[in-house]
Amino acid sequence: MNYQQSKSVAIVNPDTYGLSTQQKLWLGFGMIGLIMMLLAGFNVTIMNSSIYMVLAMTLISIGVIGYSRASYNHKKAGIKNDGVTFKSITSRGVLGWLTGIALTGFYIILYFYPTFLGLGTKGASNAGLVALFDPFSKWLNGNPASQWFVYGTLYTLAIIIFGLKFILKYRHDQYQKLRTISVMFFQLGFAFLIPELMSRLNSDTFKLPYVDLKSIWPLNYYNFDKYRVESLIDAGDIGLALLIFSVISIFIITPILTYKYGKRWYCSWVCGCGGLAETAGDPFRQLSDKRLSIWKIERWIIHSVVVFSVLMTTAVIHSYLGKDSSTYWLTKSVFLLGVGGLLTFIFAWVMIFKREALAKDAKYGAFGYFVVILALMGLFVFDQNDHLFFFKTSELRRTYGFLIGSVFSGVIGTGFYPILGSRVWCRFGCPMAAILGFQQRLFSRFRITTNGGQCISCGNCSTYCEMGIDVRSYAQKGENIVRSSCVGCGVCSAVCPRGVLKLENGSQEGRINPTEVLLGNDVDLIKLMNQQ
Amino acid sequence: MGHIVIVGNGISGVTAARHIRKLSNHRITIISGESDYFFSRTALMYVYMGHMSFENTQPYEPHFWTKNRIDLKKSWVNLIDHKDKKILLENGEIMAYDKLILATGSKPNKFGWPGQDLKGVQGLYTKQDLEQLEISVPNNKVCKRAVIIGGGLIGIELAEMLHSRNIPVTFLVRESSFWNSVLPDSESAVLNDHILSHGIDLRLSANLKEIHSNDQGAVKSIEIAETGEIIPCDFVGLTAGVLPQIELAKASGIATNQGILVNRFLETNIEDVYAIGDCAEQQDTLPHGRRSIEAVWYTGRMMGETVAQTISGHKIAYKPGHWFNSAKFFDIEYQTYGIVNNALNKPKSEMQMHWKHPEKNICITVSYDKNDKRFIGINTFGIRMRHEVFDRWLNEQRSIEFVLDHFVEAQFDPEFFHSYVNEIQLVFTTILSKSNL
Repeated sequence: MNYQQSKSVAIVNPDTYGLSTQQKLWLGFGMIGLIMMLLAGFNVTIMNSSIYMVLAMTLISIGVIGYSRASYNHKKAGIKNDGVTFKSITSRGVLGWLTGIALTGFYIILYFYPTFLGLGTKGASNAGLVALFDPFSKWLNGNPASQWFVYGTLYTLAIIIFGLKFILKYRHDQYQKLRTISVMFFQLGFAFLIPELMSRLNSDTFKLPYVDLKSIWPLNYYNFDKYRVESLIDAGDIGLALLIFSVISIFIITPILTYKYGKRWYCSWVCGCGGLAETAGDPFRQLSDKRLSIWKIERWIIHSVVVFSVLMTTAVIHSYLGKDSSTYWLTKSVFLLGVGGLLTFIFAWVMIFKREALAKDAKYGAFGYFVVILALMGLFVFDQNDHLFFFKTSELRRTYGFLIGSVFSGVIGTGFYPILGSRVWCRFGCPMAAILGFQQRLFSRFRITTNGGQCISCGNCSTYCEMGIDVRSYAQKGENIVRSSCVGCGVCSAVCPRGVLKLENGSQEGRINPTEVLLGNDVDLIKLMNQQ
Repeated sequence: MGHIVIVGNGISGVTAARHIRKLSNHRITIISGESDYFFSRTALMYVYMGHMSFENTQPYEPHFWTKNRIDLKKSWVNLIDHKDKKILLENGEIMAYDKLILATGSKPNKFGWPGQDLKGVQGLYTKQDLEQLEISVPNNKVCKRAVIIGGGLIGIELAEMLHSRNIPVTFLVRESSFWNSVLPDSESAVLNDHILSHGIDLRLSANLKEIHSNDQGAVKSIEIAETGEIIPCDFVGLTAGVLPQIELAKASGIATNQGILVNRFLETNIEDVYAIGDCAEQQDTLPHGRRSIEAVWYTGRMMGETVAQTISGHKIAYKPGHWFNSAKFFDIEYQTYGIVNNALNKPKSEMQMHWKHPEKNICITVSYDKNDKRFIGINTFGIRMRHEVFDRWLNEQRSIEFVLDHFVEAQFDPEFFHSYVNEIQLVFTTILSKSNL
């Protein structure tokens, strides 16, 4: 917890947490690779770009892997958090801030000034960093690179090499190893290779948009944009199948898997944002803020994003649907009534069957949002011309893409890793996480079980929770942890020195178990207290 | 509505305060000279190791105390005037109470070793101890070697702490094998190996004779009693157990023995003065073979829960359930439920079965009664077990066969961890069937 920042007089940073010679050596290799990338950005390449790119990426990779081996291999398998609060980069020191600024700068350039990376515009060929990736891009998908291809390649590389580091760090922990292999696999296969190879299949007569099968609406907020839906429909059966798959992903597959396993099946086993947070972001997980006040802010922000994304998507789809039911059954009015009906159904279901599981403010919040959405739907239904309510649909879509898609998920979400922790986007901004979290809280078998009275309130679990959950506040009361934001990374359980926490899927009965007196005391007293 | 004053803001005092607040409208004041806010004492080691900041060890945010109307006072207490129901604070302030709860905790044992008060010699118990440690042993340049005296839980934690900063450690253990005053020999042997494998210079059957001083009055070396060997060092950690902190009670005329004497209602000999946690000593026998002084986190918490009932008008005796505990020895997690005696204390009626993984540091001991085959306790190393299940089985007085058959229900290891249930069941069933012949 960062409240009361006053450092106790004597509890200061020791100066022995320097790097070993080996660590410095490997770090040097990695830095050379990074500097090569940087130089390429300034159009300085001294050799054939394929060789240059491969060399730079290789240096970065062996730098990270060598550094990991030098850090962990000579130590026994077990928890490796020595010195985390002393090291400048992991404790918001100078290095942490510099890294944060550098990352943020990179994201600003990537999203808003890609020409600085060398992206060729108006038919001009690429230069700089983007040009460096042209040969690789052509080899993979037949086209020159874009800034997104460069980003995707580096992103995937980061998940893989830092994933290997993570696996080495947690080599005693089977759950952590499998989970990390899973995110590496989904990133490399589903997010990177498959879409690239799919686009290779494209020809003049057959066009399929890039599809990352695991990227589900509302995380990919552009899924139901007009151009995308049209190109899918134009691509015939395959495209239609993909379109249908994307709809059943969010409405059928996701609820079933979340019911069975909690949202972790997605957030810390499949998702690319989660994948980067769990691998490259792992050294920063302890920087998430655990204060109660921040939790309150979190709930308002993330649920506002959900509402925003639902409205935006509804408006977008509404804008390109027809009005005449004789041409196609799905008209503007049918669609809006459908969305309104679905939302009302979910709202009513929760209020009737799960009311007792919600806190008072959650109820107010839900009610508030529900009223807002219905009011706006009403506006849509009765105002059938294309000037849709207060904003133009295209404006709404553009604002969402800018604020949420770029600034929040990219610039802040990843750029601020060393300042706010590794899951800022997942915690405060991701609408997908909010929807899965809502299911996890109310309709899921998943929970983190607390082991009777064994908790010693040490705080390792809370400290290392990347989502800012104060895990200890539940564990020390003997209560299970059932929180919508929990991504099920399992690190709380791993760092617990007393074997108190276990992620599991079990029956709904006793899943939420507020207790007054912990196990271990007088049985009669426990009974008495828990009845009161 | 009375004024409840609690001396000590550790787990015992804080638990009492929290529960009194839940059950009553009394005014509550917690006094501590050690720290502004409650922190987890067991987590101090992680602050030194850099896993957590000190603030991370505080389970409640500052607003928790105001919201729950629990007043915090930072001061030491000099004297209790129980005739006038007042306490005298170090700063001269006098505070009246209606009921007083003493939760003063423990302090490190010192056995009158020559040199035990030198500079660079200390125990590890309080926040101040941690701060002193940071000054005395910041790194391996200032401290070329540290010696730890006493092979208990704090001793091995201190060894792990110093080791995390690459400080060479010599670990003097009085017993012939680490913690075999508690553990069966086979388990103790696993820990010896594990300590050595971390590069700790473990000396078994070794007692401290003397701590030598340099000309600045700081530690220079230690001498081992058995061998006369002199080990040069810059720091000595005294971790030969703890004993109840009773000076305040004693000076104020409250009955003490080793600890502050209490009856089953946690009342001292003085009316309206209670004692809970590490500092309390039970005068009467407790159920389940529990000892009269138990300096562990869980016991302090349970006494806090219990005394809160009594103070809130529902008088109830302290009646702890079955013994349980846990610890971590470097990388090996340990859990125990029920009673598993060491070789010395093991009665003839207690039978033990051991299983150990051929390579890994995973092992288990199950104890049962020879006569009625009743399960009486379990120790596990590197395997997590469910407290709730073992507590239930102990209450239900299940047989050893039942426990073995249902062992899988008690597993608490994370998902995908390899389960050794089959091997364990096979080995133990074989032992059992042989012993039945």
